[in-house]
Amino acid sequence: MAGAINVQGLTKSFGEFRAVDDVTFEARAGEITALLGPSGSGKSTVLRMIAGLEQPDAGSIWVGDEEHTGKTPQERRLGFVFQHYALFRHMNVRQNVEFGLKVRKTPRPDARARVDELLDLVGLGAFGGRYPDQLSGGQRQRVALARALAPRPEVLLLDEPFGALDAHVRQELRRWLDGLHRELGVTSLLVTHDQEEALELASAVVVMRRGRVEQAAAPVDIYNRPATPFVAGFVGASNVIRGTVENGGLSFGGPAVAAEDVADGTDAQVYIRPHDVRLTRIQGERSFPVTVERRTNLGWVSKLQLRLTDGQMIFAELPNEELDGIEERDRVYGSLRNAKVFSVDAADLASVPGDGGPGQAVLHTSDEPEVLAAQAGQN
Amino acid sequence: MSSTQAPERPPQPDASPAGAPTSPARARSERLVPRLLVAVALAYVIVLLLGPLGGIIYYALNSGLAVIGQTFSQPDVQHAFYLSFLIMLITVIVNTVFGVMVALVLARDRFPGKHLASALVDLPLAVSPVIVGLMAVLLFGRGGWFEPFFAARGIQVIFALPSMVLVTIFISIPFVIREVVPVLQELGLEEEQAAWTLGASKTQTFFRVTLPNIRWGLLYGIALSAARAIGEVGAVLIVSGAIEGKTETATLLILRFFDQFQQQQGYIVALTLAAFSIVLLIGIEIFKRKRTREAG
Repeated sequence: MAGAINVQGLTKSFGEFRAVDDVTFEARAGEITALLGPSGSGKSTVLRMIAGLEQPDAGSIWVGDEEHTGKTPQERRLGFVFQHYALFRHMNVRQNVEFGLKVRKTPRPDARARVDELLDLVGLGAFGGRYPDQLSGGQRQRVALARALAPRPEVLLLDEPFGALDAHVRQELRRWLDGLHRELGVTSLLVTHDQEEALELASAVVVMRRGRVEQAAAPVDIYNRPATPFVAGFVGASNVIRGTVENGGLSFGGPAVAAEDVADGTDAQVYIRPHDVRLTRIQGERSFPVTVERRTNLGWVSKLQLRLTDGQMIFAELPNEELDGIEERDRVYGSLRNAKVFSVDAADLASVPGDGGPGQAVLHTSDEPEVLAAQAGQN
Repeated sequence: MSSTQAPERPPQPDASPAGAPTSPARARSERLVPRLLVAVALAYVIVLLLGPLGGIIYYALNSGLAVIGQTFSQPDVQHAFYLSFLIMLITVIVNTVFGVMVALVLARDRFPGKHLASALVDLPLAVSPVIVGLMAVLLFGRGGWFEPFFAARGIQVIFALPSMVLVTIFISIPFVIREVVPVLQELGLEEEQAAWTLGASKTQTFFRVTLPNIRWGLLYGIALSAARAIGEVGAVLIVSGAIEGKTETATLLILRFFDQFQQQQGYIVALTLAAFSIVLLIGIEIFKRKRTREAG
């Protein structure tokens, strides 16, 4: 039933704007692959081209060993789940789920059995007679999923399926979708701008920016071995510190990071996650002096704002038990692990949204759960 | 925090401007203005709408059942009603089919001159029906551009049903389009695209997804269109020649009865038309409410 999705050199322009630019990737059979990127990165356009809702200017789309390029959406037999559900509002839940079976002339008894099966699967067996406007957002999206799955599609395409739901329901549905996918094993492609969602659900992540693929890899590698400054800044919370490479490394009043790949004398940016900063009272082999400007105690973990000797700021997150009684205004030593160094030329191209100017540390973090989940994902 | 403030500043239900002393006299005068407006509006509606309607009902029924029966047994009266409803029916069918097509194009497609096309749809609302009638006479009447074509084929356009239908369609074009376009825009494309991905052809999608979704807006437009068609006088008067028992519609019949000092029969015909319009009006109100829910 499941086939891999293969996308080769996919390109699409809207007028002057090149929305998708030479995109190539594979979504492996039976797995969930995430297309991750900020809004406007072209990820939804890629998905819509795979579904046949947009026609590519160039490139090809394959599902299994069948070429889909140029086919109509009707011929592709894919399941598509929209961000805003797109349920037929004049039909009740049963009729919605049955629609794909009806238009394909499935015999009535078979269609009824299949609808019952799917309503049970999405836990809405008792809601068959309800209309979409009588359901909550989470229930609507489950109906949309049941409707997409009813004609047994080879591939399931999900366009920001949880984007319109509030945080709590999103968490719940995500776990539920994970379980459902384990059960069904249908090849799925998930478009999302939520890195946590991508890292949690997908077995492979394709990070997109400005219509191009930045990196395609397993979630762990996306997180720990970002290929580009953009990926380092976009996935997980990151500090950005600027400096000049000297003697194969960067120094902030004390040796900080090795940078063998970057030539001496070039300006570089260091991407470092808040929980990859360590603090000690005594200077170690590779550490540099910092001043604790601010400490916020969140219970088991503290957020610290640190000032480097050259004035740059970084944020750190440390378990309280590792803090060794460090308080505000203490002068201590910081060390970095898993730091990623990119030359400024490469980093400038990235210009992550919210990126600060030179000499400024920026913490890319939207909210607390994200940072925590990112940590959990790493372990 | 707000609970500690409560004793000093009790919550005020009516939103008077902060700091303004609300004396009882001032409050009374503030309430007086909206009430006065309501009274004016009601008086306006009663005097201008219900008054004439009441007058027609009074005079029509006052004439007695015998006159009413005698009026409706006249062949020219029967023919006038038949003609009015026939024209309305054709108009409504044509305007529904083409109205939905035009609405789909205006709501969905992007093409040069779209704004012009959208403005042209409203033209019949702005042009006097008499002028519409004159235009039809210029095109199809003696010496008109299209007259030789139809004359050669023996088709009578002017002073016959075709021209009457034509001008009625023209003046009622905007209604279906104007009501369906916003509903289509609000609806968006996603439901239709969902239907495609589920394997529905474009035809299946139109009849199973699009049409059910726009049905109340469409019915509202159809009802408005029908009301406009049944009440038309000016354009039809000019193109039809108002030939008794042949090209005389119900509205033209009313005019003739008054010309011939047969007011009572005129009132009876008028009341019948008004009653039909009221039924349409009720339908319009129902459809409008459902459509608002559709678009919201």
